[in-house]
Amino acid sequence: MADGYRQIVTDGLWHNNQGLVALLGLCPLLAVSNTLVNGLGLGLATTAVLALSNVSVSLIRNWVRPEIRLPVFVLIIASFVTTVELVMNAYFHDLYKTLGIFIPLIVTNCTIIGRAEAFASRNPVPRALVDGLAMGIGFTLVLIVLGGMRELIGQGTLFDGAQLMFGDIARSWRLSLGEDYPGMLIAILPPGAFMGLGLLIAFKHLIDRRLSRPRSTEVTGAETSAA
Amino acid sequence: MNALDVNSSSPHLSGPHSVTRVMGLVLVALLPGTLAMQWYFGWGVIINITLAVSSAVLAEAAVLALRGRPVSHTLIDLSAVVTGWLLALALPPLLPWWQTVLGSTFAIVVAKQLYGGIGFNPFNPAMAGYVLLLVSFPVTMTRWLPPDVISGAAPTLTESLHMIFSGMPPDGQTWDAISRATPLDLMRTELAQNRMISEIRASPLWGDYGGRGWEWVGNWFLLGGLFIIWRRVISWRIPVAMLGSLLLVAGLFWAIDPETHPFPAFHLFSGGAILGAFFIATDPVSAATTPRGQLVYGALVGVFVFVIRSWGGYPDAVAFSVLLMNMAAPTIDYYTQPRIFGQRGRDDA
Repeated sequence: MADGYRQIVTDGLWHNNQGLVALLGLCPLLAVSNTLVNGLGLGLATTAVLALSNVSVSLIRNWVRPEIRLPVFVLIIASFVTTVELVMNAYFHDLYKTLGIFIPLIVTNCTIIGRAEAFASRNPVPRALVDGLAMGIGFTLVLIVLGGMRELIGQGTLFDGAQLMFGDIARSWRLSLGEDYPGMLIAILPPGAFMGLGLLIAFKHLIDRRLSRPRSTEVTGAETSAA
Repeated sequence: MNALDVNSSSPHLSGPHSVTRVMGLVLVALLPGTLAMQWYFGWGVIINITLAVSSAVLAEAAVLALRGRPVSHTLIDLSAVVTGWLLALALPPLLPWWQTVLGSTFAIVVAKQLYGGIGFNPFNPAMAGYVLLLVSFPVTMTRWLPPDVISGAAPTLTESLHMIFSGMPPDGQTWDAISRATPLDLMRTELAQNRMISEIRASPLWGDYGGRGWEWVGNWFLLGGLFIIWRRVISWRIPVAMLGSLLLVAGLFWAIDPETHPFPAFHLFSGGAILGAFFIATDPVSAATTPRGQLVYGALVGVFVFVIRSWGGYPDAVAFSVLLMNMAAPTIDYYTQPRIFGQRGRDDA
């Protein structure tokens, strides 16, 4: 059983990462990742919705008839998104205003309904919860890295606007390449998001290939000796 | 052609046009226009070309080495030189050096090599690099010099070198004093303030057709363009269709209201229209390839140039139009396939 959880976590964080491998939820991923803090904010909101919806879908999985499962999933997701939206509006109002339309749009994020359909509706509650958290954190990490990359290249800062999430104490976290940095607008604009995501995907493939190389040389070595 | 190719499949006769030869002819054809630009805008043009070409060639060599491709064999095809050169011609003469290098490297690495190198790039690399710079650094990318006939004298070689490498104007001067709006820029901002063409044309920036100096640069590029059509490096279709449609659309609007729409020749001899029509829109890789397709492609580039110049967010539009039509080129080719000999056409069926 422990192995099963390990599998779920590594799938969510790496092998089936929703941003880099499944390429689901690209609209918020590309649109909101213009700064690190925005990415983190949307990532955490998505993770919360994903975990909650996975648990609920898993709880009711034996009582929902297959014919009507998708509308039911959508209703569940929509209610959680509404909850998260109201909570953010109340406690992180400035971040809520920055993220704008993309918070209600979490409801259309294919990752969430995808996990509900592909995983939560077929697994018990604890496993569904772990899957929701792992997938959500994997997605958040991509958002953070992409957001950080775009912010750094685009405006030469990191953690800009951290006070929106962590309160005034975070104002001093802001790193800057200096006031002289001319900024490179394209990284902040949509083309930068596409190029950045493309580079991240290529980088993931590179790492995967590096990791699998020792094993494949062993295999070919064994084959040659067998021949 | 090396010996290996003899055993390859047909066709066995090699045409007179190797890539190296084609690119060489293009470079020769670019010379008159380049010299004209140097004459009007000073040494910055030559420095930009040097920077852009050398970084393009270095980037190409580096990526080819990383990809494990033969480096020297591919470098001598001169395509990286042409890309860097075309990009440099589109850049303002006093652009800070690192922006030129960045644009040129982006053009080669991202727009060309990441898609598979020469022959595989869906977009014109030089224009992709130009748009990257224009979108990222709008301030420096719109800081053009006035032609020397207006400013009195273009910056000298040392002044240009100083400004390009330090990114600062010479002591005691400001960028505003040195730079001047391009004719297209001026036309755009003045029209936005509801001024009439006849008033706008009173500015000393204007020559007979387009901007002073600019129109002669255009003429010399036109000469080079005619040269490569004559040597059959490019076909006449794309340039004629593009300039024709630009003239037609501009003429139409001018006829309707000559006080708010500049007369058609202005569109032809300002900005990058001539250079774009003969040297950029005709890129054999990213443009449409069927004869009818080339006419459609060129005509639509011309229409987009007018549309973006008149109502878009940027003063010049050749780069954006070419990139937009690059995206449409495969579709255009699909619908304009010539009938294969011996087969019924769509109409006969």
